[in-house]
Amino acid sequence: MDKLTILTDAAKYDAACTSSGAQRGSRRGMIGNTSASVAGCCHTFSGDGRCVTLLKVLMTNCCVYDCKYCVNRCSNDTRRAVFTPEELADLTIQFYRRNYIEGLFLSSGVLVSPDYTTERMIRCLDLLRRRHRFNGYIHAKAIPGTSPELVTRLGLLADRLSVNIELPSERGLAALAPNKTRKAIFRPMGLIKSTLQENREELAKYRHAPRFAPAGQSTQMIIGATPDSDRHILSLTQSLYDRYRLKRVFYSAYVPVVENTLLPSPDTKPPLLREHRLYQADWLLRFYGFRAEELLDENDPNFNPLVDPKCSWALKHLEFFPVEVNTAGREELLRVPGVGTVSAKRILYARRARKLEHEDLRKLGVVMKRAQYFITCKGRVLDGLKLQQDSILRNLIAAERTALPGAELEQLSLFDRMGGASQ
Amino acid sequence: MKETIYRYDGSFEGFLCCVFDSYVYKEYPVQFQDEAHLAQSLFPARWVGADPRHARRVLVSLEKIDPYAKELTVKGFLTCAPDREVLLYRFIRALYDIGRPLLRQLSDEAVLPLLRAVRHLDGEVHLLKGFVRFSEFEGTLAGEIRPKNRVLPLLRGHFCSRMYNEVFLLYDRNHREALVHRPGQWAIVPMESFRMAAPSAEEAQYRRLWKRFYDTIEIKERRNPRLRMSNMPKRYWETMTEFQDEDYFLAGTETLPEGGASALPGHAK
Repeated sequence: MDKLTILTDAAKYDAACTSSGAQRGSRRGMIGNTSASVAGCCHTFSGDGRCVTLLKVLMTNCCVYDCKYCVNRCSNDTRRAVFTPEELADLTIQFYRRNYIEGLFLSSGVLVSPDYTTERMIRCLDLLRRRHRFNGYIHAKAIPGTSPELVTRLGLLADRLSVNIELPSERGLAALAPNKTRKAIFRPMGLIKSTLQENREELAKYRHAPRFAPAGQSTQMIIGATPDSDRHILSLTQSLYDRYRLKRVFYSAYVPVVENTLLPSPDTKPPLLREHRLYQADWLLRFYGFRAEELLDENDPNFNPLVDPKCSWALKHLEFFPVEVNTAGREELLRVPGVGTVSAKRILYARRARKLEHEDLRKLGVVMKRAQYFITCKGRVLDGLKLQQDSILRNLIAAERTALPGAELEQLSLFDRMGGASQ
Repeated sequence: MKETIYRYDGSFEGFLCCVFDSYVYKEYPVQFQDEAHLAQSLFPARWVGADPRHARRVLVSLEKIDPYAKELTVKGFLTCAPDREVLLYRFIRALYDIGRPLLRQLSDEAVLPLLRAVRHLDGEVHLLKGFVRFSEFEGTLAGEIRPKNRVLPLLRGHFCSRMYNEVFLLYDRNHREALVHRPGQWAIVPMESFRMAAPSAEEAQYRRLWKRFYDTIEIKERRNPRLRMSNMPKRYWETMTEFQDEDYFLAGTETLPEGGASALPGHAK
């Protein structure tokens, strides 16, 4: 019981908790499935409001590394524990049968060496897959510095692999994680990418070839432990999607767990709003056809805390608007604040029956308090609207305030926070 | 067209027969009453008996117009909208008049209320795929839910394929029916009452482990109860392991009383 507590406590700062991307139907004699119908299936939500999908634990929190930001660093005086592969496999199966979880998220501190640790993880996954015939979702961490053969074996057992970048810049890494280098992190990432590619070719030739990490790979960055700008983080994200074909990039607002002169002081609040803005922008990259360089540039290296990234983009590009709802293409519709992927799809579907009015849009799920400034229906703007940049901005800010995370938004003063100062 | 009240047996088949009869007798049903909820009214009433052949003809005609029309009708009948029969009847009537293009008129009064009800149903089904909790009793799994909509027919496929090798029972307390499954066979049967047995020592231990995991995974510095409630409304908590009070985690005590919610600490209604 204590073991579970220690190893969960040590794993909780990992943000990734999804079970999407794999499609494996159930099979006779096996336990579970990862079919598309359960993508995004959350089994509960913890007190911080985050979704709990997977049994997220460390194999061990013993670690030979000394990363300054991490609770498990070797110089930290904390209780240590180690799961045996058998214990962990059994726990996963029993939780899964009771529908507590969707699968296992297995990470680990570095015990002895990266290879030794990975072998232990492989043993656990192997038990799950072969002895328990577990067919559900498994997300495994590839530890930087592990030999390529072991990563490949791990990938054949898991649905998704991830390598954490942790700190968005080389400088931050050198200062805070002296045992890790950028190269050591990107090497396994590149390896996973090329193995995925080879595996796809193999699968095209032989239908029953074993599948390597069918749900692809992901990574995580810590936000707010180093002075990197949002622009830097977002363009790094963009290049990860482009060059390493990552499925997801997760952001984790830095929660001060340790006092160190190199880190923000322990009483700083985690930058939740900043994390929220980065996720919003991440969605814009993945589903809305935006590029990182459109959202932020040298003059504005950080997101505006008052309005979301899409609204800020729209306000800077008023020449793009208004968009005529009845004729615009999908890409144009997606750029309108207040129109999401679902409502864009509904617009495209519904407008083939008859032309849409403002009133219809509301019923289709468009958020009119944002969209109204940027659209026309049959060439008409909504009656009584004033279209000036600063009045729109003021209204958009008012529209969003209630929905923002964190209570730290005191009385807003437009002028001193408009610069988008990083908080 | 004469406005009439239709009385039927409350089944889906019975409802489809109401649609059939309304065309036969050229009537417009303004209200539907099932056997359990009869009431007096100003309008004349007609009893509609279920006839499987009539029901089939209506369902096939809907599918011919568009398979999606049939899906909406089937799902619409499972929703908890208080006037679901009226919504469905309005939808079907408009569908026969206008045909397939009606399905694209998402903001039309004959479609939108039905769509909203079905979305509510789909949302609840999606959440419950995660929120259902099973307990093991000598190899058999049992769970209980209290949903607003009748979700069991839509949860069936998910749980039966995922738990293919298990023998399990999932009880819907609000609609008094249960999904029962054993390898290769399933059924949804009415069940008046159901009481979960006391947990064995092993079962109680897994419940405690899960509770401990749940309490530990939270990052205290990010505590955000409002976000948790909007993601997971409190009405689901009453059947979830992690929100039960202490007795639930002890071997040999009966749990989840009929009243349910009142036993929860901090649960305000």
